[in-house]
Amino acid sequence: MLSTALLIAFVLVGLGLLATVVRLLLGPSRADRVVALDLVTVQLVALSALLALSSENAAFLDVGLVLALIGFLATVAFARYLESGPEPTGSGVRVRHGKGEPDVPAEGGAS
Amino acid sequence: MNAELFASIAIVVGGAFTAIAGLGVLRFGDVFLRMHASTKAGTLGVGFIMIGVAIALAGQGAIARAVLIIAFILLTAPVGAHLVGRAAWRNGTPLEKEHEVIDEWRDGRSKPS
Repeated sequence: MLSTALLIAFVLVGLGLLATVVRLLLGPSRADRVVALDLVTVQLVALSALLALSSENAAFLDVGLVLALIGFLATVAFARYLESGPEPTGSGVRVRHGKGEPDVPAEGGAS
Repeated sequence: MNAELFASIAIVVGGAFTAIAGLGVLRFGDVFLRMHASTKAGTLGVGFIMIGVAIALAGQGAIARAVLIIAFILLTAPVGAHLVGRAAWRNGTPLEKEHEVIDEWRDGRSKPS
């Protein structure tokens, strides 16, 4: 019974991982990709736990633990990167906004 | 026997939640909705799978590691989601128009470029 449950769980986690990777590739903005990458890490932790169960070897849980640690650091670093400026426009020209200041229009007529 | 039943149920439920998290991240309309799916459903899925593995592998010191992983993910998932959400909002990531109710600080955000 446990082996059947393990197979079902592997398939389900694999489907979730596939959907997340599709979003990671599609993601229109950088924030979408960061969110998808965060979820990929969490799903890999789940996958390593299932692997520990299927091989009856608890050492794979250590893999999951380290993956969770690294994943959090990666998310924090990507969030700092996101906050460093708006999306690159692709032309190589980047408009820097002041830190936390609103985007003031160049001429009058601000609402 | 009973432990095996509990472990099987926990693993299947956790796998279902993880799949739902992936589906939500794929199908929802903007960053903040996707973050809601990834953070909550993903954490719950990993938690259930860890409980199942801890029950099934109880003899090998798996319980301590599973508790550690669950505690760590429960601590870090909200922090990471808050950081990403704050960065995305300040960055001017657009909200999905169809479901937007109110954005009180709309004038203070950077414009999406």
